[in-house]
Amino acid sequence: MKKRMFVVLALMFVIPGLLFTASCAKKAVKSEAAVAAPSDDAAKKAAAEKARQEELARQKALEEARLKEEAAKREALAARNKFMNEHVYYAFDSSALDATAQNVLKNKAAWMKANPKEQVIIEGHCDERGTVAYNLALGERRAVAAKNFLVNMGIPAASMTTVSYGKERPVDPGHNEQAWAKNRRAQFVIK
Amino acid sequence: MILYVLRILQWTVPFCCFILFSFSVSAQTAGKYDYIDISNPQMKKIPVAVPDFKPLTGNSMEVTISGLGAREISDVLEFTSYFRSLDKASFLVDARQADPAAPQFKAWTTTGADFLITGAVMVNDGNLDMELRLFDTYKERLLLGKKYSGVLDDRRRMIKRFCSEIMKLLFGNAGLFESQIVFVSSTGPGKKEIFISDFDGSSPKQITHNGSVNLSPALSSNGQYVAYTSYSAGKPDLYIQQIGSQKAVLVDQRGIGISPSWVPGKNELAASLSLSGDPDIYLLTINGKIINKIVDNPGIDISPSFSPDGKKMAFVSKRAGNPQIYIQDMGSGRVDRLTFEGNNNTQPDWSPKGDKIAYTSLIKKGLFQIMVIGVDGKGLVQLTYDGDNESPSWSPDGSMIVFSSTREGSSKIYVMTAYGTDQRKIVDLAGQQSEPKWSPSSAN
Repeated sequence: MKKRMFVVLALMFVIPGLLFTASCAKKAVKSEAAVAAPSDDAAKKAAAEKARQEELARQKALEEARLKEEAAKREALAARNKFMNEHVYYAFDSSALDATAQNVLKNKAAWMKANPKEQVIIEGHCDERGTVAYNLALGERRAVAAKNFLVNMGIPAASMTTVSYGKERPVDPGHNEQAWAKNRRAQFVIK
Repeated sequence: MILYVLRILQWTVPFCCFILFSFSVSAQTAGKYDYIDISNPQMKKIPVAVPDFKPLTGNSMEVTISGLGAREISDVLEFTSYFRSLDKASFLVDARQADPAAPQFKAWTTTGADFLITGAVMVNDGNLDMELRLFDTYKERLLLGKKYSGVLDDRRRMIKRFCSEIMKLLFGNAGLFESQIVFVSSTGPGKKEIFISDFDGSSPKQITHNGSVNLSPALSSNGQYVAYTSYSAGKPDLYIQQIGSQKAVLVDQRGIGISPSWVPGKNELAASLSLSGDPDIYLLTINGKIINKIVDNPGIDISPSFSPDGKKMAFVSKRAGNPQIYIQDMGSGRVDRLTFEGNNNTQPDWSPKGDKIAYTSLIKKGLFQIMVIGVDGKGLVQLTYDGDNESPSWSPDGSMIVFSSTREGSSKIYVMTAYGTDQRKIVDLAGQQSEPKWSPSSAN
């Protein structure tokens, strides 16, 4: 029992001692070096600092460029998503383009001018009311009306195709005016 | 004493070839029966008794067909809404024991039957013989007697053939039992295929298998071809396909190809194509070649339907600002507007009798109903009131109309009489069914 107590006590003193010794040794080395070459060291330090600053600047510029590029990419992606998700809406049994519809189409034209290589499909959709055949015809009139507006805005007709989905692909399956209004649309798809 | 007269029928359908014998019926009755007037919508249904057939040798297959065949005759006749099949429990005679050629008429008039149909069946080594007779129970006379010989699979065709003979005798035309109905059914998310069923919606069979969206089927005059719109190439194009074949002829790839309708009795059809920029109506050959443009007008012109003589055509045009039905004289090209009630009238279907046009009209907000109007614009009637009802199509005898309805929730196929009575669902399939179209004429 007594013997074990002694061992514990010994360890209590020995371990901190060891730790203290280690930290002392580090300090000693550092001061030795500083004493060895004081003038040479200042120049080297300055040069290193300069290089470090230059590297930092270069990295910052790179980072900024990267961020900018990323932002541009994000912006392009956002513009692309907006192009695909912002729909042109129509009144019941109509393919006429009201002021809101025309504004949406002006945004489409701007995007297509900025992305002249993209091929676009304009889908014409209808609400569920009315017969299959009539809605196929009406959906085509809607897609064609949107296409003609863009052609008049200077977008080449060859970059656009139309497809009518009639009442086959509603975005809202509801049977009320709110759903119907959402479903009467021209939707843009990038090929 | 019954004389057997052998007559082999010439079938246009290759797989069917059962043989029909006719019992000779005394000359003063056969074909001279006063036709029952079916133009009266208040007509009381004719009570008819169809007892089980007599099994001639008594084997188990005969016993099965004895009950099954009698029930099929009842169902087929009741489908027309002209007949009411009497409850077997009220029968005073055990028909399986009685002589099918010499019924006890008093026992049947007591039961309330105006007409009696008896049958005798013999099955031997996969071959089926059926003798079917129609009697007038009050006049105590045999009106019709037929013997059919074939294989077991011919059973339903024999029964339909006999019921057609009954229709011919009593009403003056063969009815609709040998016609078919085409329609669209959903087969999965974003998938719609064309199906064909028997006249009563039974035995539906899928006839397109392209996994795309297929719409607006129409059967040719001879029932061998179906024209339809399909997205199988990514947009709504018109195709013509021989039934049983998976090869479909594409009509024209420019624009849309929609609402096909066949010219009665001809291998030609009309459809709306937008190859010149907006949908106009064209006449086409059965091979999908354009013959000529028959309606050329700015805006929407769709949904042709011909008069039975092919001299006039009803169609839908938006020329007055909203969809209305017009009639064009094919000879002179003169166009007259037919519908003036309502601001959304579509899907005209010219009746085979020639005097009426069924169509779809937007009545209440968002809901379409089936209407019938005289070709002179008079006598407008609304036939449906419950749910959304679309795509009316006349049966080839003009006695019934098939249509789609959402009255029970999802869209299903229904029939009614030409007067709007006896409305009921006929196709039992999962998913949604729409755009039914009756075959233009019976197989014979």
